Amino acid sequence: MMDEMYDEEHIGELLRVLRPAPEAWIQAAAGLPATRRAIEQIAALAGMDAELRREVLADLEGALQRAGLQPDPTLVAVLRDRL
Amino acid sequence: MSALSSTTDAGLVARCRVGDDEAWEELVRRFSRYVLAIAQQGFRMSREDAEDVFQDVFARTYERLGDLRSDDALRPWIAQLTRRTCIDRIRSGGRELPDPDVADRERDETLERLDEALSVREALEAMPDACREILDRFFCRDESYAVIGAALSLPAGTIASRISRCLGKLRAQLEGREPPSRPS
Repeated sequence: MMDEMYDEEHIGELLRVLRPAPEAWIQAAAGLPATRRAIEQIAALAGMDAELRREVLADLEGALQRAGLQPDPTLVAVLRDRL
Repeated sequence: MSALSSTTDAGLVARCRVGDDEAWEELVRRFSRYVLAIAQQGFRMSREDAEDVFQDVFARTYERLGDLRSDDALRPWIAQLTRRTCIDRIRSGGRELPDPDVADRERDETLERLDEALSVREALEAMPDACREILDRFFCRDESYAVIGAALSLPAGTIASRISRCLGKLRAQLEGREPPSRPS
């Protein structure tokens, strides 16, 4: 609850302050758990197979793409760290 | 409005910790405007930098949710995380933060205002759908009476009075004269 009394004009001004974020940004952030699970799966498979690990490390972007993920630099870095 | 809209911040955190993807999406949606506003209004970032900060903040939130000491402290924790991410971003780009004293004071005032705005936003989210939608369209999306009327199948001539009535209800809720449906 607010400590002070508000007039409706002030409430309107405060409502204007928080603009919606682009839906694509929200979708990307909302998809993080699924993305991280896919990365864990790649890492787990690579952990069991040295040849596969070498292949993944040699082509991180390709590994992400094959898992259905967009290989942006952040994800590539996450996968590299995970391996 | 999602089924989780009425869940408290602490409830959302608890559900996220056990891998509830819907709770995570609600958390992202609930704080998306706040994070964006801190980056753009508090740190005057470009859209491109704000997008990077936005994604970094939620990635860090996801990774570090286990470090949160009190589930009720999600809002200040995200605010602090966003501030730090913005400062890191500015420094990594080789830029300097403007005059520290003036900038800090101005930024603190802006962040205080954003915090206040988020409290109003939370009260708005707890309102019935009809009021929430019309206020959001008018104040947050800058839609005209004609556009709102067409979208909600309402005569344009009634929009102003509905906005006024809904603002009155929102004010009553903020002043505690009407109980919020979602505790903060």
